Amino acid sequence: MVTIPFALQLLNLCAALLLLLSFAMLAQRRIVNLVKLLALQGAVLLAATLLLAWRTGQHHLYLSAALTLALKVVLLPWILHRLIRRLEVYWDTEPLLNISGTMLVGVLVVVFAFGLAQPISALASTATRSSIGIAVAVMLLSFVTMITRRKAMSQVVGFLSMENGLFFGAMSATYGMPMVVEFGVALDVLVAVLVLGIFFFQIREQFDSLDLHHLESLKESHSLEEDG
Amino acid sequence: MKPIEIVTQVLEVIAALAAAPLFLGWINQCRAWLQNRSAPSLWLPYRGIHKLFHKDAVIAEHASPLFRVAPYIVFGAMVVAAGIIPSMGTRLLFTNAADAIALVGLLATARVFLSLAAMDIGTAFGTLGARREMMVGFLAEPALLMVIFVASLISATTALPAITESLATQQLGLYPSLAFTAIAFTMVLLAENARIPIDNPATHLELTMIHEAMLLEYSARHLALMEWAAALKLFNYACIGFALFAPWGVSTGASGPGALLASIPLLAAKLALAGGALALIETVSAKLRVFRAPEFLAIAFLFAVLGLLVHLLLGA
Repeated sequence: MVTIPFALQLLNLCAALLLLLSFAMLAQRRIVNLVKLLALQGAVLLAATLLLAWRTGQHHLYLSAALTLALKVVLLPWILHRLIRRLEVYWDTEPLLNISGTMLVGVLVVVFAFGLAQPISALASTATRSSIGIAVAVMLLSFVTMITRRKAMSQVVGFLSMENGLFFGAMSATYGMPMVVEFGVALDVLVAVLVLGIFFFQIREQFDSLDLHHLESLKESHSLEEDG
Repeated sequence: MKPIEIVTQVLEVIAALAAAPLFLGWINQCRAWLQNRSAPSLWLPYRGIHKLFHKDAVIAEHASPLFRVAPYIVFGAMVVAAGIIPSMGTRLLFTNAADAIALVGLLATARVFLSLAAMDIGTAFGTLGARREMMVGFLAEPALLMVIFVASLISATTALPAITESLATQQLGLYPSLAFTAIAFTMVLLAENARIPIDNPATHLELTMIHEAMLLEYSARHLALMEWAAALKLFNYACIGFALFAPWGVSTGASGPGALLASIPLLAAKLALAGGALALIETVSAKLRVFRAPEFLAIAFLFAVLGLLVHLLLGA
């Protein structure tokens, strides 16, 4: 086997853990645990950013690590936990596909993502280019999470996890995005969660449930009259 | 054929035969301690086997010869499997005869004969146990194969002793792929050996039992062989786990007889640790519904596939 430096081994470990956490999210039925997993994903991302900043000496990465800590590990999970308590949604309904089926789809998605990332990895010149595939996989897996869930809450968690994947991808392809973009994205995500939080209340007021399939029927008079 | 190969081979098979019931007794003792019960004797499995060998066998009226032969086949398969797995040294006579995939096949042969014998009598319980066993088996086998594939990809060979040798002599490092496959392997071990999340080894009076349901019609020496074979299977699985994930201290390559001797207490220590860990897992987890077993094994398979993907992409 080829020997690689220890810091890179740790980075690979972080990448593998991110992938594992994405699968754990795919399998998780409880929304509270889903948010915990999201916070954990943020923490792993934080560790990866710090490691990369220390190894490459790119100082702006420390800043984005601080941003990750403040936003993805502390603030967003806190907001989501509060929302869960206020809305009293602890469980998602049965996902559209059963767990084993979703897992198999997930594995196919990962294989697809690795194939997709191969040419990008070949072009990149960073030491972490092999993790690009994992970043793409994390994004697509979050996408699958969003598709297979019915509750608005789990879809938002999927959306945030997708942003984590995007961040990790940028980090491994080019050692992070420009600071302006990073701040912009961070702000976007924060605002999105706040706005979606308001949406949750509106959706619940309208339908007495956070199940999104109520949104699919457009005849509002009919649905409002009969579903109460 | 060097003398050290013969010595290692014979030593390994004898050690497996002798220590397998002890390993089972040790797990039972650990479980009892963890559950605040007074522990049974460490030698209880030996006494059980000894007692059964001295009884007269009772066989159902309509049993076919298959029913009589099955215990010997199952026991034989387990003994041969013990000969393939490098638990103490990697220089084995059987190395060229059978690789890791053949080992999985050998375990499958034992399973098929056990299930056929259970169906042979035609009792409801036997058939039910056999069907469940096959369900667990067909889900656990791909996961086990995938685990072995990851290890063989890392060491570029499917021969188990060669895998152990290359893993034991390589530089220490972090291998997420091996960590994932180790988790997958532990889950397969629990499922295949009728341990607690899938089956309860402590009872044969449950409607949800799997392994015990297949042995209900056996008595005396046949039952003794079956129980010994089950203990050997657990021992073998533990040794496969050591060979893949904790290969340190196994006597390899050019080392002399001293290393082989030194590997014996080390194997005992590893077994003691593994037994304790197994008892702990069994104590903290609850038995799953039978219909949840596919999900459990799908997750094991997923872990193994993740290990494979991580290895292929990251080379780690």
